[in-house]
Amino acid sequence: MIDQATIDAHGLTAGEYRRLVEILGRAPTITELGIFSVMWSEHCSYKSSRRHLRRFPTDGPRVLQGPGENAGAVDIGDGLAAVFKIESHNHPSFIEPYQGAATGVGGIIRDIFTMGARPIALLDSLRFGALEDEHGRSSVETVRLVDGVVAGIAGYGNSIGIPTVGGEVAFEPGYAGNPLVNVFCLGVAKADRLAKGVASGAGNPVYYVGARTGRDGIHGATMASAEFDEGSADNRPAVQVGDPFMEKLLLEACLEVMQTDALVGIQDMGAAGLTCSTCEMAARGGTGIDIDVSRVPQRETGMTPYEIMLSESQERMLLVVRRGREPEVEQVFDKWDLHAVRIGEVTGDGLLRVRDRGRMVAEIPTRELADGAPVYDRPTRYPAYLDEAQRLDESALPVPADLARTWLDLLAAPAIASKRWVYRQYDHMVRTNTVGLPGLGAGVVRIKGTGRALALSVDGNGRYAWLDPREGGRLAVAEAARNVACAGAAPIGATNCLNFGNPERPDIMWQFAEAVDGIAEGCRALGIPITGGNVSLYNETDGQAIYPTPVLGVVGLLDDAARVLTRIFPAAGLDVVLLGDPAGGLGGSEYLKRVHGLVRGRPAPVDFDREAALQRLVVDASRRGMLCSAHDCAEGGFAVALAECSIESGGVGASVDLPVLAGPNDRFGLLRTLFGEAPSRIIVSVTRAGQTELLARARDLGVPVAVIGRTGGDRVTVSLSGRVVADVAIEAAEHAWATGLARHFEPPAA
Amino acid sequence: MARSRPEAGRAVRFPPAPPRRAGAGMRPVKFAIIQFPGSNCDHDAYHAARYVLGQQAEFVWHKETGLRSADVVVLPGGFSYGDYLRTGAIARFSPVMQRVREFAATGGPVIGICNGFQVLLEAGFLEGALLRNRGLKFLCRHVHVRVEQTDTPFSCAASVGQVLKLPIAHGEGNFHAAPETAAALEANRQVVFRYCDAAGTVTGGGNPNGSLHEIAGVCNRRRNVVGLMPHPERACESALGSEDGRVVFESVVAAMAATGAA
Repeated sequence: MIDQATIDAHGLTAGEYRRLVEILGRAPTITELGIFSVMWSEHCSYKSSRRHLRRFPTDGPRVLQGPGENAGAVDIGDGLAAVFKIESHNHPSFIEPYQGAATGVGGIIRDIFTMGARPIALLDSLRFGALEDEHGRSSVETVRLVDGVVAGIAGYGNSIGIPTVGGEVAFEPGYAGNPLVNVFCLGVAKADRLAKGVASGAGNPVYYVGARTGRDGIHGATMASAEFDEGSADNRPAVQVGDPFMEKLLLEACLEVMQTDALVGIQDMGAAGLTCSTCEMAARGGTGIDIDVSRVPQRETGMTPYEIMLSESQERMLLVVRRGREPEVEQVFDKWDLHAVRIGEVTGDGLLRVRDRGRMVAEIPTRELADGAPVYDRPTRYPAYLDEAQRLDESALPVPADLARTWLDLLAAPAIASKRWVYRQYDHMVRTNTVGLPGLGAGVVRIKGTGRALALSVDGNGRYAWLDPREGGRLAVAEAARNVACAGAAPIGATNCLNFGNPERPDIMWQFAEAVDGIAEGCRALGIPITGGNVSLYNETDGQAIYPTPVLGVVGLLDDAARVLTRIFPAAGLDVVLLGDPAGGLGGSEYLKRVHGLVRGRPAPVDFDREAALQRLVVDASRRGMLCSAHDCAEGGFAVALAECSIESGGVGASVDLPVLAGPNDRFGLLRTLFGEAPSRIIVSVTRAGQTELLARARDLGVPVAVIGRTGGDRVTVSLSGRVVADVAIEAAEHAWATGLARHFEPPAA
Repeated sequence: MARSRPEAGRAVRFPPAPPRRAGAGMRPVKFAIIQFPGSNCDHDAYHAARYVLGQQAEFVWHKETGLRSADVVVLPGGFSYGDYLRTGAIARFSPVMQRVREFAATGGPVIGICNGFQVLLEAGFLEGALLRNRGLKFLCRHVHVRVEQTDTPFSCAASVGQVLKLPIAHGEGNFHAAPETAAALEANRQVVFRYCDAAGTVTGGGNPNGSLHEIAGVCNRRRNVVGLMPHPERACESALGSEDGRVVFESVVAAMAATGAA
């Protein structure tokens, strides 16, 4: 008999419990209670977010698969589809950084090959607590977490042989008790052969393939739906251990099986394991599934049906095979030394039946289980902190005496500094498609057999979103799209990972709703459909929520893989052109944080007409071969972006002169110009021949444009209206930038 | 465990000759790319041989007991059997390795890249061992190596002292050998590739992983089996940042032409 304490322990509310009793027409068995609790957890059911996510634009001429499947897909020509998605593994990574991050990589890779796509690229969006204090001393705790997470991503991705081609790493005190590990994966499939997670055809056998089931990860989905407190470190059994070798075998074997037409449907066992895969596949097919858990390969003895159904052991897949075609499928798995075990069959009655040696232990209507979770319209409330946080009195700020020094200091900020220490631990070249290396801009992978390439970027800024959630959502869309445009690629699809605090708190829910609106608005304005994603709520520790952090993953298409642009000035004697307004704003900027220790003000808003025109201009100009490099002005503003164009260029400096709207003696105009942040600004280098045409096209499209200087020399110099205001040697800039992050992890060079 | 000393067979010379492409009137050279479970640079080697070099290439599954009449055997990079044991330690027991052993014994050219190099060491084709990188981290980056010997089938189209920019991607590439083995490798001119700086100077600074004597690749005494940690197959097209790895494949194509094997 189920008592109240058991129901509470499963995280079900009184109303949810009443509902499941109604569905069953009786009290649940303990196995059924477990099944409902994971399927109706926030993590699996999206019960708090679902009604908001409906506002995303999900359609477009290229969309082959929108939200609802294991991953989204867009048409990239030549009969091929790009299949991609981003997912979070925040909570497990805090409890066990290496395995948490590793299994996050494993999970998203399975989502991609489940769709019939060969995974070809990974990116990561990572956020941790402060890396250094105000005196520059390392935070041991952050160093430990970063080291573990990066090693976990490397350990899994490198072994399975999928290159990690890009990503972002940011540090803010608010992530100290709740780091964010968001992993993006992209694969390529034949557009007309996308596999689906559907169980159809009564009588078709249901196969279990891959690793054996253990007790690891039981209630992982429930854990991901609760806040952390001091006892959370005791949650280790809820974290899974990854086996990339097993997944490599599964990946190859599943892709080989998909070459036949013996497969009806396939789904990975991720969150909520066997429970989620069986009921979702049946619900999509309008069918039922009847399985016997005693046939499930088990790693431990004495496992109960409850444990088997809820285990989140990694590297397992569920397949529905056409009846009569079993030998073909078994033969492929046999080749890869994998056991494909028939655990049940598809039925026509819409019920998930779970047996244990024939004895019925659960019998639940699949549709109600998969799609019948309550959908909450959680109350929202304008957060109390916001008005105060948005107030910024620039005139109260001291102006740095030595702007060149401030410039170098910003280049050394961990959020801006080179991430080489991170990406060199990732195999970013395996599969020989990486034509845009990490650290140079968006990650770019060519599609062999076509002349095309895909540019990929994941972006978000928690500070912006905390100061203005709606604008933070808009800015994330604009920046991710702008980054792929800077590689020369036209944005064609997006996925997002929405990392927020406890949705039961109205101020958090308000942040969420606002950010969703901002993302929806941005994607609509730029014509980029959202084909799926992930929501991670309850990112709180001891009642302290993270910055609201929407992360956008944007996929861009380059028609000519040979025309990949990077941030780097390729030669001296080129014209430097600024597309967009010279000045940004200080609200929410890295400058304000780094130099004044403030997270205040409002981030500069996006004008999407201008943003769209700018991106069109850059993609088009790149296609016509007019550009030699392109780099957007992001954290640290114009000055940092300009220095980054010279860093790693082999010593190609630049000297530029900007008109100052506010006059050269306006000290805040000066700071806004050098370090202010704003969207819709790109620094490009062009030849004289390309310049004329670029200027003409920019004017046609209404994009502000100015030839601001030339490349050359071994310094980077910024003048305002003819007066030099900041000047650094490339060598000094490179040193600051190269060591800012690495110095916390590497012993000083002997 | 002491390894048996490799036979001090007769030296086979592989003189340089211009590379050929398929369709030039001669039969293309056929590469067998061995696939162990966990190999993940198999497709890259295939792509380089087939589409960049214009030769023939076939995958050979590790359970097979023939080499499909290949002219060249490639043991590709990856994490065979997950590398949960010593890298390459299980792959050497795969059925196909017996055929590879026979193939090498008749003088057939065999190259092991990265994990393939580790397999060749475990299987006793080559001498030495690969330890964890000095920095204890997996390292993926471009490095420079200097060609030290050109009388192997995988370096004969290069010139001595030629500097190649090649990527590495490994956690265990720190070459090590007992002092007497290292001395023998040097005395017998078995060090084929050495880490160096961009100018070709062999200094500690160019050594990414702590390898003894800056060793990036070695051959057996007969000189037909070569193992190296850098990935020449990842450096065959300018779009990937370097074309310097082509010379490794062009060498073996030239060597096959010269020996008349193809």
